[in-house]
Parts: sequence; C-alpha cells; structure tokens
Amino acid sequence: MAELLIKNGIVFDPINGVKGEKMDICIKDGKIVESVSSEAKVIDASGCIVMPGGVDAHTHIAGGKVNAGRLLRPEDGRKGLEPRTSVCRACSGYSVPNTFATGYRYAKMGYTFLMEPAMPPLKARHMHEELMDTPIVDKAGMPLLDNNWMTLQYVKSGDIEKLAAYIAWMINATKGYGVKIVNPGGTEAWGWRKNCGLEDPVPYFDVTPAEIIKALAEANERLSLPHSIHLHANRLGQPGNYETTLKTYDLVKDIKPSRDRQVMHATHVQFHSYGGTKWADFESKADEIAKYVNQHEHITIDLGAVMLGDTTTMTADGPMEYNLYLLTGRKWTNCDVELETGAGITPFLYSGKVPVNTIQWAIGIELALLVEDPWKVVLTTDHPNGGPFITYPILISLLMSRKRREEVMKEVHSVINQRAVLPTIERELDWYEIAIMTRGTPAKILGLHEHGKGHLGIGADADVAIYEISPEETDAGRIQKALLSAKYTIKGGEVVVKDGEVVAAPEGRTFYVDVRYEDEEVWKEMLGDLERMFKEYYTVSLANYPVQDHYVPKPYVIKAGAAE
Amino acid sequence: MPTITDVVCPLCGCLCDNISVEVEDNAVKKVSGACAVGRAKLLGHESRIRSPMIREGGEFRECSYEEAIRKAAEILAAARRPLLYGWSSTVCEAHKVGILLAEVLGGVIDNTASVCHGPTVQAVQGVGLPTCTLGEVKNRADLIIYWGANPVEAHGNHMRRYSYISKGWFRPGGKKDRKLVVVDVRETRTAKMADLFIKVEPNKDYLVLAALRAIVNGFADVIPDEVGGVPKERLVELAEMMKKAQFGIIFFGMGLTQSRYKHNNIEQAISLVRDLYAFTKFAIMPMRGHYNVTGFNQVCTWQTGFPFAVDFARGYAWYNPGETAANDVLSRKECDAALIVASDPAAHFPAESVKYLAKIPLVVIDPYPNLTTEIADVVIPSAISGIEAEGTAYRMDKVPLRLKKLVDSEFMTDEEILERILDEVLKIKGLR
Repeated sequence: MAELLIKNGIVFDPINGVKGEKMDICIKDGKIVESVSSEAKVIDASGCIVMPGGVDAHTHIAGGKVNAGRLLRPEDGRKGLEPRTSVCRACSGYSVPNTFATGYRYAKMGYTFLMEPAMPPLKARHMHEELMDTPIVDKAGMPLLDNNWMTLQYVKSGDIEKLAAYIAWMINATKGYGVKIVNPGGTEAWGWRKNCGLEDPVPYFDVTPAEIIKALAEANERLSLPHSIHLHANRLGQPGNYETTLKTYDLVKDIKPSRDRQVMHATHVQFHSYGGTKWADFESKADEIAKYVNQHEHITIDLGAVMLGDTTTMTADGPMEYNLYLLTGRKWTNCDVELETGAGITPFLYSGKVPVNTIQWAIGIELALLVEDPWKVVLTTDHPNGGPFITYPILISLLMSRKRREEVMKEVHSVINQRAVLPTIERELDWYEIAIMTRGTPAKILGLHEHGKGHLGIGADADVAIYEISPEETDAGRIQKALLSAKYTIKGGEVVVKDGEVVAAPEGRTFYVDVRYEDEEVWKEMLGDLERMFKEYYTVSLANYPVQDHYVPKPYVIKAGAAE
Repeated sequence: MPTITDVVCPLCGCLCDNISVEVEDNAVKKVSGACAVGRAKLLGHESRIRSPMIREGGEFRECSYEEAIRKAAEILAAARRPLLYGWSSTVCEAHKVGILLAEVLGGVIDNTASVCHGPTVQAVQGVGLPTCTLGEVKNRADLIIYWGANPVEAHGNHMRRYSYISKGWFRPGGKKDRKLVVVDVRETRTAKMADLFIKVEPNKDYLVLAALRAIVNGFADVIPDEVGGVPKERLVELAEMMKKAQFGIIFFGMGLTQSRYKHNNIEQAISLVRDLYAFTKFAIMPMRGHYNVTGFNQVCTWQTGFPFAVDFARGYAWYNPGETAANDVLSRKECDAALIVASDPAAHFPAESVKYLAKIPLVVIDPYPNLTTEIADVVIPSAISGIEAEGTAYRMDKVPLRLKKLVDSEFMTDEEILERILDEVLKIKGLR
C-alpha cells in the first residue's frame, strides 16, 4: 500500500500526550510508522489540525430498532436525499440515515470507529447485516444482556460464575463487544406493561435492578472484558431521577476493575441528571452528577447531549418510549424481544421554546464542562436520541465558545436562568480537551487503544482526521464548519475524504470479542440451562442462533478471558 | 440417509427452523416437522425450468447462462425506466444486488408487499407499530386474536409453534391458558377453533375496529345495536376480553390489508392496540406471506431509507406508493422494461398491468415456470434459495435466520445471476 506523509499539521494526540505540536505523521501499509521513504505521497497540513480518527462510543446506527425508526419515518428519510455518485451509494435520512449515509457522513466529520450500543441478541444477525453495509468506518456492537431470562435466573441464584459463562457464550454467539444494560428489570417488566425502579423486584423473577447491575459488573470483571459494563440506568428521562443515578453509580464502587479502566460506563447521562418532582419544577442536577464523577475513579460517562431540533428517539427502554409517546401523541413503535429485551421508538422535537427541552439542552453541555477530567467524559448525543450525530460540530462549538452559548441562551426559554447551571459556567474547552473527549477517552474506555484506535502512536491504525482550522480559532461558526467537513479523513492509510467530499468508500471492519470461560464444569451446567431455554421458550433453535461467519466478512477479533 | 436438522423452511413468513430432512442422491426424500405446504416445497417437484431461454419470433429458444444474462443486461441497460419487481421468495443477499442494480439503472424497485402488506407499511408510517417477536406471544399471551387471517390453511405451524397451541414460560398449559378470538368474513377452519368468533360483513372491518376503539375508550353509549353485522354485545364482550387480558395480540392478514379502506383498517387496528395500553399489555403483528417478504422490506429500508416502491430516476431514492409502486408505473404505461425475480405478478396483478407487462421487454429469474415466465422475453432459471442455496431471510416478526443449502444444484443462485447482470450492465454503461 502507498505511503503517506502528513506534513506540518498541528497534532493533537492525547493518548500519546501530544498537545498541539507541529509534527509530521508517517503512514505505511495502513499503520502509523516512524518514517516513510521519499516515495511517500505528501499531504500538506499547514494551518490544519491533525487528530486520530474520531471514536463514537455510543451511537445507534444499525439493527432492528434503527431500521424500525427508518421505516417509521419516511419524512425523515426525505430530509437527507443525496444522489448516487461514482463513489457513493444514494443517501437518505437525517436522524435515521440509511447505512451508506451513516458511513459517509461520519467519515466526513473525521470519525472512523462507531459502537452500536444496543443489539438485541436474537436479532444480532440483523445488526451485523447493517454494519456490513455501513461503509468506511470500523464498528462493533454490544448485546443487551440485562433483561435476559438466563441472566435474571443466575442473578437470583447468586451464581456469578454461571453468569460469566453465559455472558461469554452470548458475546461469542452474537459476535458482540461488551455487556450492555438498558433499564435493567424495567424492560422485562414492560412485557407486562410495567416498569421497575432501582430497588423494585422484577415481576415474577424476584430480583432487583440493583442486584442485576452488581452481578453483571462482577461477571464482566470476572471475564476481564476490554470494556466495562455499559449502563443505561433506570428511570431515564424522569424528573428527579438524579438520585437513582447516583445510587446506581455507588452500587459498583467497591468492585475491582480487571483492567486499567472504569468499572462502569454510564451512558447518555444528560437523560439521568434531572431534579424536580414533576415537569413543572424540572431542573438540572448536572452539578450533583459531575460532583460524584469528579470524586470517584470507577466511573466514566458519555453526555447524551440534546441538540435543539427534530429527531427520532429509540431505545431498548420500552416503557420510557411509551411515556414519551404519551407526552407528544406522535407515532410510536414498540418491539419486545422474547427472553431478552425490547425496543421503543418515537419522533421528538427538542424545542428551545419549551422549558424542559431547554434545560435538557443545557444539561448535556453542563456535564461536559463541570466534569473536571475530560478522560472521564465521552462526547455523544446518544445518536439519534439527543440529536443526530451530524450535530456534533454544533455541540463542540458550544463547548469551545462561551460566546456562542450566550447567543443561544438569549434565544431559548428564560427558564435557563433559574433551573440550569449553564449561565454561570465560564469554562471553554480547548482542542486538546475536545480530542480527549472524541478520541482518547472513548478509545480507552472501550479498550480499543490497545488495538490501534484513538491515537497516532507508532503501530496504531492510520485513521487520521485533518481539519482546516487554526488551533487559535475561537469563532464558533468556523469551528463548526471545519469539523463538519474534514479537509482529509484517512482510514487505514487510505484517503477516504478530501475537502469534505468522500473520495473512496472501502468496507470497514467489524470488531468483536472472543472470550473464553475456562471452568468446564460450570460451562457444561450453563449449557444445560441454555439448551432448556431454547427447547422450551425460544422460537428459534439453539443451532440456528449464533451469528455465522458470513455476517462478519472483515473481522477484527479481540481475545479476552481465558482466550487471551 | 444423511439427516440435516434445524433446517429453516423457505415457504412462509413463519420461517419454522425445527425441520429435519433426509437427503439421498442429492434430493430431499423425507421431511419432518414442516406443515403440508412447507413439506411439499422442500420435497420439490419436477417441473423446473431446465435451461435459460430467450424468446425469438414468439418462441422460446434454449440458450446458455452467458447469452441469457447478456440479453437481460442489454434489455435493462437500454431501458429508460425499468421496473425491478418481486424479491419475496429469495434471500437478502439477492435483494442487495437488486437494489444496487436499480440504483445503477435509475429504475423503480418494488416487492410483493405492494400488493399484500404494503397498506400495513403505510399505516405503520402513520401511527407506528406496537409489536413483539413471536416468542413473546408464546411465553406471555393469554389472548390471541386472528383478524382477517386463516393460519390453519395459510401458516400451517403458526398456532402450534408461536401462538394459541404453543406452551410457554407463563403459559405452561398452552391453549388451556389462552383464549382464541377470530374475526373474519366467513367461518374459516381457524374460526372453528375459536372461543369467540366474530363474523364481520365484508368491507366493514373499519367500522368494527372504530366501534371497538370507542368502547375501549369509554364511549360504548354512542355505538348502535349492530356494527358491520356484529351485535353490540359481542363487541362489548370482545372489548372487555381485551382490557382484561394480561398480554393480548392481534395477528392480521390480507383480510384486513386488501379489503376496502386498506391502510385505514390497519391504522384503526394499531390505534386500538395503542388505546389498550391504558389498561394492559398488547401487541399487533402482520401475518407476512412469502418467507422473505419481510427481508426485502428490511434490506430496502436500511439501504435506501424506504421499505418498497423506491424510484431511483432522480439518482436518489424517491418513495411514494401510489406513484412509485409496480402497479403505478405499469398502469401509467411508464416503465419500458421489467425484471421480475422470484415472484409471479402475471398471476396476481390487475389485468391491465399484466397486459402491459406482456408488451414490454421482460426478464424473469425463477426456479419454476409460472404465468410470468409465459410472457417473458428472457427466462433465467435459478437455484431454489433455502434448498439449493443458502442466505438470509427475515421471519414475519423480523427475526433473521440463515437458510441452509440442502442439496447441490446445476443452476446459478439468484445472487450470482444478478451479480452477473449487474456486471454486464456496468460494462454496457461504461462504468466498469
């Protein structure tokens, strides 16, 4: 493969401590190397910022739920129509883009790795089929394992070993990446149109969400998976939920991580940082959440920031989506998945004229600014829940420019001055901190930095973003424009975006974890339990359940547990 | 005889995956676990298309795959507005090539949903769809309603594997723990099994659904003594059953989608289910017919953004059923060539559409002769997916399964044929 030399750029590579230094980046055979020959093609990055390719640790881009969102919203599909080109397939959609648009648009923003965070295991094949059709970027998916009947039974019997064995089986069967938890117990209860608080027993299973979370965290560390548990806590979106959120974080503080990382990654925390007792006295508790995160080392968060505008909300938290539908009266899809999980989808408009939406908008930004250590924060909008990923440049410009925040705050509902913290915050993030939140932190919390992602050290994957902007630039509009259309995006050593246009669309790889559980006795007993569940209760056979190799044509396998 | 277990049946939207077949001399000899129709398909029959054929002077002439594929590509590449239709009895891998071909050609691509559950899709786009996978019904449902659907005859194993007769975690007694309600215009074999059968006058389903919604929402007083031929007491009884169920489901078929008011019927049925969430847990699911009609809608949605009836004339996907579905472009005599894959529109489309289809250059890919191959200009035989070729299919509840290859075939697969047509088209257009 051709050699590349990126010259004279200002490099931000936080994992290697490179903080805005003018230096050259050498690329050969898809990797970052020490030096290249004089034959190397030169990219002049003078006056540009150079970063590793972006890593999105939480973005709903593929699978049954996302596709149900596309099907539900042809009106959204019409928003993003782009004709076929000599390089690109036809594109559609804004908050629910087709798979091709997802790959191209992320690449244009300089992103090269995406984590689909909510794969229903029974429909794992569907997620992989969509990932196969998502060009350019590398990607992975996490199976939902918390409302699962096998999990619930092992939590009840307190059998962490069998739970770990089962998780290992499931991650292998789904070609998945880690343990995803969404409204533990609550989505199972939704099978009866009910929901669960943190200490409420799950109907018929006699375990509590708190017990499920602790057990999964212990099993996750027992297996020494690259990522920690990835948690969507109970009571998402409810006024006053920050207390539940803090209690949830505290559940796992004494569990020892098996690797140099957090024990729990709490996702889309904006939706879990609400004070008040009802919509009328709804307020931001971002300061309380940030205080906890600042004082503890076992937890990392991603923002789930809200960007004002229309979007499509989608989650495995079935009861939450139903409640949202009751608020708006707009269309609503729900799909419960046997023995495992569920999904809900409804369109939503975040309006700056609405007090609650205004406070939600403030909270996402507050969290990013109030958590002192950017190594604990990943920048996300929980695409498309808080807003489509295409709004990331707007979010970043808000984090970097207090002036821009003040302009927006003048336009939105005045409630922001009473029930949000944002007007009092002066902090402006710099490019290094942005690089941490969009590259370093997500790669590290997922364990991907050990596999060449999120940095530009020697041997790393040659995934590079070059933005045409000076590190001194403070104008929010220019920041936004530069981030939306990378000057260059290089993926695996190949130039895929030039001057904001996709110039090549190679297939990306699918990352998955191969994890082994070593105690044969326990493994056999777990398999016996599993066989019974398939024979009696699943509607597909055990033999047809695991995802076949056909669905991962370009794999990258990370070994964990006894396979490591 | 070697036995192959866990075979996925490539017949209907049930996609039963508990089938065993015995294979001898490269032929399926014995099938167990399938319904009568599924067994017949798996056993196969003799009347295959033996060779690729091109019509010349009104008569078919047998030819090589190469010649047929080149001819097909010439027809499609020369067309200004080709129609690519069918897709519901083949695998997703073929759908992907078909969609790319439509994009390259700037054609219209549509599947059989547009004359089947297309109205369901349109209703979902209006109001959404509270649904579930079939195992949720098996494990939880205590009230099962079939509306305008007759699974005893159309989806042979549906009740035994997934609904009324199956046993589940919370319903260990099977049908003893459940109630069955059937709503139809005639007393079908399914209706004969029901605890409550409600006979609706033809084309009055909308009224009955609207009346049920009124009753469920507390407005029984405005309902007349009889609605759509159903006495009010029956409707009140059904509404009470629904509200009191712990987990209810409505399975609906073409009796609801293709009778008068079409997608409006489905919107009412879905809205009824939404209303019931004020009281209990409920779900609704279309009884999809062909084994992979769901799969096409899924692939088309993630690849183009839209589920069927996609027009690429503008270079991007334009979706507007009523303008861009197969019968729309045929009845306007707008398309000037057609490619039909794995379906038989000549047997199912309105006469005017079929007459026009017979006039334009027509390419058909199918394992078996049918009415559409009779009017074709190029016929390309293919291996039978799920028997002679593997690939992906989506069950009616959108659970994807991998179909197996059970025996070898002398025929090319749909995917291979389409790949080669695409390749030829790209060459003709100077794009490769």
